[in-house]
Order: sequence, then structure tokens, then C-alpha cells
Amino acid sequence: MAIKLPIFMDYHSTTPVDPRVIEEMLPYFNEKFGNAASRSHSFGWTAEEAVDYARERIAKLINAQSEKEIVFTSGATESDNIALKGVAEFYKDKGNHIITSVIEHKAILDTCKRLEKEGCEVTYLTPTKEGLIEPEMVANAITDKTILVSIMLANNEIGTVQPLEAIGKITREKGVLLHSDAVQGIGKVPFDVQKMNVDLCSITAHKMYGPKGIGALYVRRSKPRVRLVAQMDGGGHERGMRSGTLNVPGIVGFGKAAAIMMEDGAKDNARILALRERLRTKLQAGIEEAIVNGSMEHRLPGNLNISFSFVEGEAMMMAIKDVAVSSGSACTSASLEPSYVLRALGVGDEMAHSSIRFGLGRWTTEEEVDYVANLVIDKVKHLRNMSPLYEMYKDGIDLKSVQWVAH
Amino acid sequence: MAYSDKVVEHAENPRNVGTLDKDDPNVGTGLVGAPACGDVMRLQIRVNDDGVIEDAKFKTFGCGSAIASSSLATEWIKGKKVEEAEAIKNSDIVTELNLPPVKIHCSVLAEDAIKSAIADYRAKKAAKEA
Repeated sequence: MAIKLPIFMDYHSTTPVDPRVIEEMLPYFNEKFGNAASRSHSFGWTAEEAVDYARERIAKLINAQSEKEIVFTSGATESDNIALKGVAEFYKDKGNHIITSVIEHKAILDTCKRLEKEGCEVTYLTPTKEGLIEPEMVANAITDKTILVSIMLANNEIGTVQPLEAIGKITREKGVLLHSDAVQGIGKVPFDVQKMNVDLCSITAHKMYGPKGIGALYVRRSKPRVRLVAQMDGGGHERGMRSGTLNVPGIVGFGKAAAIMMEDGAKDNARILALRERLRTKLQAGIEEAIVNGSMEHRLPGNLNISFSFVEGEAMMMAIKDVAVSSGSACTSASLEPSYVLRALGVGDEMAHSSIRFGLGRWTTEEEVDYVANLVIDKVKHLRNMSPLYEMYKDGIDLKSVQWVAH
Repeated sequence: MAYSDKVVEHAENPRNVGTLDKDDPNVGTGLVGAPACGDVMRLQIRVNDDGVIEDAKFKTFGCGSAIASSSLATEWIKGKKVEEAEAIKNSDIVTELNLPPVKIHCSVLAEDAIKSAIADYRAKKAAKEA
């Protein structure tokens, strides 16, 4: 069978909506279009019922005690904002210290920057060279002013999965709240808010085969009951935590996506992991100096972040333009700075510039993996043939000993 | 990110990729940029007795625009007098390849590479004549 191009291998950026999700959403656009906040007629009741059902399904996926702990938002960026700003504001008399890591998503980092301007103190933990935040790092950073720790479940670039259960044990013991931006890991690696003592977590539908524009914030209701100050003023929806008319079709789709994850997740993940390993072994067998960034052991099944030494990431992406991937190369961003996540691992800027992130998912096939592996091997050869660094490496010159003229 | 057709064309079919003997007295080598910055260009010229660049080769570690800029640079300088090649400005490359603002540094690097190769050639020549 001929392979269909372009190939999508960027499942960390977003995912296609599962057809089963779309099917369940459709009636809520025109047939059951009521406002879930309308208490006076059946249109409203039908919508509210659908929303509550979705809430239950999402609560179940993360093992929340009650569906009332799910607050719908526009996506994980908003969830992160409410969690951090809302907690900081509510608990400001208790303390002003927040602990997070340098490899968090910008939705966390930039929110922390804002909070610093407003008087909060933030500790940014640096991960190990494997890309992991160790529980002791968190324990050592906690002071009597600490109110919140925010550590992601899985990293969006290198796919490393953080030891949340061990971190949760520490935060619970010290009476500090634990928030996790869980968007990349939900349904892909074990996640259980009770077992891990997570008090708040951000989720989004579009990373798990649901629609864009709908997310949720889990807010624990007991032991401890988490309080926060709403960041959006209005009709007091979502138990006063997030005003705004609910996106009912989106919520219905989110719920269905969660239910599918519950049902098929384990099977899906095993298949995706096998494909990822097939891709990795082929690439590393066919290309010398192809180095995986981040822990192989604690990693999302669908993530492969790999640096092809002596080849620049954007040139690589251009050479494989029929394959959608992403790179930590500076050239892919407007800032001209390479990936801050890879830099935090200490892999060196030149390796960050050479990194490619492959993201595999529900519809990745073995044929696609084989096609991509062969293409990448071929193009790395091609690009190395025109790389002065590769020639120097082959001539036995230590690139670190060269006096480069930085510009 | 959308690339201009000319950048794509050069990046896919780069001209004059290769290596000249850096120990040849008539060859000038320029190596500019740094791996940590994400681009390194090596541009080499071989100059004949009439002061004409009879061959030019490059190798580049960098994005598509960097590869295209160096490819174009070698194409332009081949057959030119050293002084003419020296007069090439990065803005000429920007115009020819339609480079967006974030890629202007690629053209700057290509101009630097030409100048650096010429300087190396002249230094060798001066050393020989001395």
C-alpha cells in the first residue's frame, strides 16, 4: 500500500479528533444546543446532564473522588493560570513561595514570572541531565512560606515522566499544595490524583483525541479542600471558579475522549511504545551519533526526542518536509534561542539545535514508522555530507577545541 | 514557516558543496559561525594567477536559509575577481533569496564567509611573497 503523505508525527502539539468523539459531539451543536446554565427549561437540563456526564468520565480518568472537582476551562493554559494565580491570591496570608521547574510549559513559567512581579517568590528547580525532577529537590526547596508546588506530569519536548507520587508524598506531609500540568501524560502514563496526592491538575482535550478549546482544572474538594480566587469575573459558573457559558459540545467531546482513553488507553499505549522503539532502534542503527535526549526509562510511550549530531534541526525538518515533526532548534522559534528544556538538561546548545522531536500516537502505523526511519537516515547522510562539523568530526577534530567566532 | 521558492530550491539542490585542499597556496578558507549558535559555514575559494576565483566550495551546518545563502554565495563568486567578490553585500543575498527578518543573520554569515576566505587567501599569498 502506498503511504499517504504528509505523515503526522507531532502528536505532542495536538491530535486529530477521534471520529467517535465527533459523533458524540454533533447533536450538541444544533439539536441539543441549550445553555447548561439555563435552569428553567428542558434545553438547559439536557445540556447540563451532558456536561455532568462528561464531568464524571473525566473525573474517573484521573481517579478524582467526585465529578464536582472538575472545573471546565478553555484549555490547559487557562487551567494553569487559574491554578497558580488563584492559589497564590487565596493563600497569600499563609505564604508567597511557589516551587516549580525550569522545564515546565510556558503557561506555568510565564504565569510564575507574572506572580513574581506581584510579590511571589518562585524557586525554579533544574532537572537532572535525564530530565527528571527528583523528590529531594522539591523537599529541599520547601520553606515555611511555600504554598504550592507545580510539577508537570510529563514534559512536552522530551517526554520525561516525573515522579509525582514521591513528590506528592512530600507535599502532603509538609502541608503544601501540589499542582500538575498533566496535559501530555493523561491517559498515556499512570496518573491518579488520589494515589499521587495531587491537589490541582490541568488537562486539555486536544492532546487526547478530543477537540481544541476545551480543558479542565481538577480542584480537590476534600483532604485538603483547595480554595482559589477566580480569575474571570462573571456569572459564577463552575462553582464560582470559572465564569463563562460552558462549551457544551466541547465538553461532551472531552468526556468521550476520556472514556475512550479509559477503555483503549492501555492497549493503545503498548502499541505506540512498540512503534516508538521500532523507530528509535532503526534510527540509531542507521545513524551514528544519534543521541536520545532525556530518560528512556521514565518517558511517554509516544515520545522520541533525538539529536542527530552535526545536522541542524530546521534543515532536517525542511529535508523531510512531508513528515510533521518539531525541533528544539532556535531557527524554529522567533527568539533564536534553542529549546530551554534541552538547555536545562545541559546537552549543549549545538545538540539542542540538532534535536528532532517525534511524537507518535493513536493513528501512527508501522508503515509510517518504517518510511520515516528510512527517510531520516537518508537525509541525515545528505545533510552531513554538506556539514563542515561532520567533516571535522571525521577528521578527528574535537569540535570543542575549535575557537569559534560566535556571531 | 514558509520559505521562498529560491531558498527551497538552493536547499534541495545546493551548488558547489565540497572541500578544496586547504593547504593549497591558492586556496582561501573561511570558517565562520559557531555550533552553539546553530550555524557554521565553511567557504573556500581557489584563485588563479589573474586574481579570478576559479572555484568555490562550501559546507554549512545550519538551517535551510543558511544553506541557501552559502550555496548562492559560491555561485555568485565563481568566475569573479577577488575584489568583485569582496563587494558582495549581505543585503544582495537577502534580496535574491527573499529572506525574512529572522533569517537575515544567515546572509550576514555568508558575507562574512566570503570575506574570511578572501582574507585567508591574501594572508597566504602575502606569506609566500614575503
